[in-house]
Amino acid sequence: MYDVVIIGAGVSGSATARELSRYKLNICVVEKEEDVCCGTSKANSAIVHAGFDAANGSLMAKLNVEGNQMMEQLSKELDFPFQKNGSLVVCLNEADRPNLEALHERGIKNGVKELRIIERDELKALEPNIADEAVAALYAPTGGIVCPFGMNIAFAENAAVNGVAFRFDTEVTGFEKNEDNWVVKTTKGDFETRYVVNAAGVYADVFHNMVSDKKIHITPRRGDYCLLDRTTGGFVSHTIFQLPGKFGKGVLVTPTVHGNTLVGPTAIDIDDKEGVNTTQEGIDELIAKAGTTVKGLPIRQVITSFAGLRAHEDGHEFLIGELEDAKGFIDCAGIESPGLTSAPAVGKMVAGIIRDLTDAKEKEDFIATRKGILNPKTLSKEAYAALIKEKPEYANVICRCETITEGEIIDAIRRPLGAKSLDGVKRRTRAGMGRCQSGFCSPRTIEILARERGVDPSEITKSGGNSKIIVGTNKDRL
Amino acid sequence: MLNYDIVIVGGGPAGLAAAISAKKHGVERILVLERDKELGGILNQCIHNGFGLHTFKEELTGPEYAGRFIDQLLEAKIEYKLNTMVLHISKDKIITAMNREEGILEIQAKAVILAMGCRERSRGALNIPGYRPAGIYSAGTAQRLVNMEGYLPGREVVILGSGDIGLIMARRMTLEGAKVKVVAELLPYSGGLKRNIVQCLNDFDIPLKLSHTVVDIKGKERVEGVTLAQVDENRRPIPGTEEFYSCDTLLLSCGLIPENELSRELGIEMSPVTSGPLVNESLETNIEGVFACGNVLHVHDLVDFVSQEAEAAGKHAAEYVLEGEKAVGREISIIATDGVRYTVPKTINPVRMEEEHVIRFRVGDVYKNCYVSVYFGTERIIHRKRPIVAPGEMEQVVLKKAQLLEYDSIDTITVKLEME
Repeated sequence: MYDVVIIGAGVSGSATARELSRYKLNICVVEKEEDVCCGTSKANSAIVHAGFDAANGSLMAKLNVEGNQMMEQLSKELDFPFQKNGSLVVCLNEADRPNLEALHERGIKNGVKELRIIERDELKALEPNIADEAVAALYAPTGGIVCPFGMNIAFAENAAVNGVAFRFDTEVTGFEKNEDNWVVKTTKGDFETRYVVNAAGVYADVFHNMVSDKKIHITPRRGDYCLLDRTTGGFVSHTIFQLPGKFGKGVLVTPTVHGNTLVGPTAIDIDDKEGVNTTQEGIDELIAKAGTTVKGLPIRQVITSFAGLRAHEDGHEFLIGELEDAKGFIDCAGIESPGLTSAPAVGKMVAGIIRDLTDAKEKEDFIATRKGILNPKTLSKEAYAALIKEKPEYANVICRCETITEGEIIDAIRRPLGAKSLDGVKRRTRAGMGRCQSGFCSPRTIEILARERGVDPSEITKSGGNSKIIVGTNKDRL
Repeated sequence: MLNYDIVIVGGGPAGLAAAISAKKHGVERILVLERDKELGGILNQCIHNGFGLHTFKEELTGPEYAGRFIDQLLEAKIEYKLNTMVLHISKDKIITAMNREEGILEIQAKAVILAMGCRERSRGALNIPGYRPAGIYSAGTAQRLVNMEGYLPGREVVILGSGDIGLIMARRMTLEGAKVKVVAELLPYSGGLKRNIVQCLNDFDIPLKLSHTVVDIKGKERVEGVTLAQVDENRRPIPGTEEFYSCDTLLLSCGLIPENELSRELGIEMSPVTSGPLVNESLETNIEGVFACGNVLHVHDLVDFVSQEAEAAGKHAAEYVLEGEKAVGREISIIATDGVRYTVPKTINPVRMEEEHVIRFRVGDVYKNCYVSVYFGTERIIHRKRPIVAPGEMEQVVLKKAQLLEYDSIDTITVKLEME
């Protein structure tokens, strides 16, 4: 019997698991995919929003600002990439200036610090490639960028180290409510628990509606993105949003923590909760809109395009709390943008709710910090040389585009909740995330995964399930 | 710090031929750095034949062709390091590299030859919409899995792009028991060699659909099918022409990109057309003593031409080491226009050049019954009839030193196509 079962190992579920792992509770995270960070958490803008966007007084606004304020410290404790690069909402037309001012005011009311409107000259000095039409911008120095995989994986690893169980490839199919416990039914058997946390992303409405009469509705809102080669790094240094107005809503242009340039997203409401396919129209729209706020965007340097789904709840608000008509069932639903930014605060809030309900005591031996995968490129020449002497696999470059060594890949596989698939390795180390998109390194990464896991290379998948890379051997059916 | 006269980055066909040639021309201290576990580069996975018709007057497989050069390299006692990744090259020619045995190496060279080869254009760079499941490979990745590791990456295959690797893989996958349903090509002509279309598609009844592209990929875990559509003259899909092919594999053979990250860091001037360095007649880049050859310079169709080019690069690098930069004569720019997309080299020095110099180039479209013309200044010097020229087959013209020396006042040489 568990004290808490958390549905979903995305960033909200993992942040909740990590916060709850401070307490003397028996916790399990169930995840339908083969790894953490496989849904909305893996495909988004990777932005740490300042917090001026959400409506005054909303939970979204509160958790956004709180999450933003927690991020820097947390990125040090849990060792994930974060940069406070600042964001700019660019006004392209004098007529739209009142909207910019309204946004400024909203931000101040939400508690965003250092927020101010800057005029064209200052904007141009901050961003030399800004569009000629840009007249002013809302400048938020507290805006930032984060590695979404890095943060999600860090939460989950730290939770696991602190005793949280993770069950992958485990899909929830239903619930049974007993007198003082819940039975979570899954494709891998039943899980008895006192409390359930519903952090199921785009599926949160499905589970909510299984246990509550007060129905909610979540629309998968697809966003397409284009990621540009690292050679475009420095094209912009701030995250550049377009002020909605005469030129439409626009798309953002931002550096990533890894030095790429990211352009997106579109916003297309769909029905399919797994509909992460890009479309020609979506990509065309992106390319057309991306050049509005900046000039000379090197869009031909695209190395990949992808799509993610926002878990858009009809009321556009985070729904966090115990359900009145289903005691012990705690929703963590409608977590769309700024959900990634808010995750630290969401985790804290959900954990707080359960702590209050259970009166759980804190552990004495909670481990609050976690070391990420060692990136040898950050070492001094002497330290790197010493590392290679001890572990020569750090001199064996597997991914040439991102210069990722066998040492890093082995670390990614062997650590808690280690990588099992090519995508798992990719999200943890960036091997395969560069300009050749794993063309050269995938056969070698398969070899390392198979060796480390003690399985045949044919069993290695791209991302779990039936995503096999190798289907047989030469002439096996001739 | 290690010291060498010439360091060659890459031990594929270009690096091998350059090293052997440099040694022949009198340089002793040569080092080849190879990132893979053996010499030979991409040839090791090209197990089909057809290599070496020009160089050895016989048909060899890729590994056999490489083997001949590796033997020469060993015979000449040229040093090489395997599993060694070059991380950086500085302007003063200090090469930083890394391998398991020696850790991080710093090597001072007098001359550097860039021979890093090329990579394949990925699905992402092509902006192909749809899902992103397993089962989408570049043709070269599939070739490595099949030819070097014995694994079948799929059973029902659609190939996008009719570049040579795609054509070769259509045949290979068929021979290994997979069903290749169709090869789609965005352009109205194939980017591959004519002989490969005949031997790899026609002989196996694999249809080639020109002016077609992939407009959707279906399948959430593994590819379940792709939708092809015809494209108009602007290469945009024509609505209503969509056709679904069920398959578990999509192979991409949509062009090769020279791997010039090290060159860019070094500050080498690049051609936006070839994505390779701009070089003079000695295959020297704008950085003195740094030479380039093979697919890192411009993508070739035939390895024989890579070897020839690399031999020249090795010779010139040796001359540079032994005699220094020859500051004689002047550089004349070669202008590519009217259907000619680029030339290698980009400049030529009539005093420094050999008695004859081969200018290689590609055309931008298929042209029939045209003439390849070369102008020295405004005067037409060469006017050679060609029944057909195509982007998939590299072209060449030969310039003669004696003749060029007579035109000592010209600033430019122009290479173009003319219809009459």
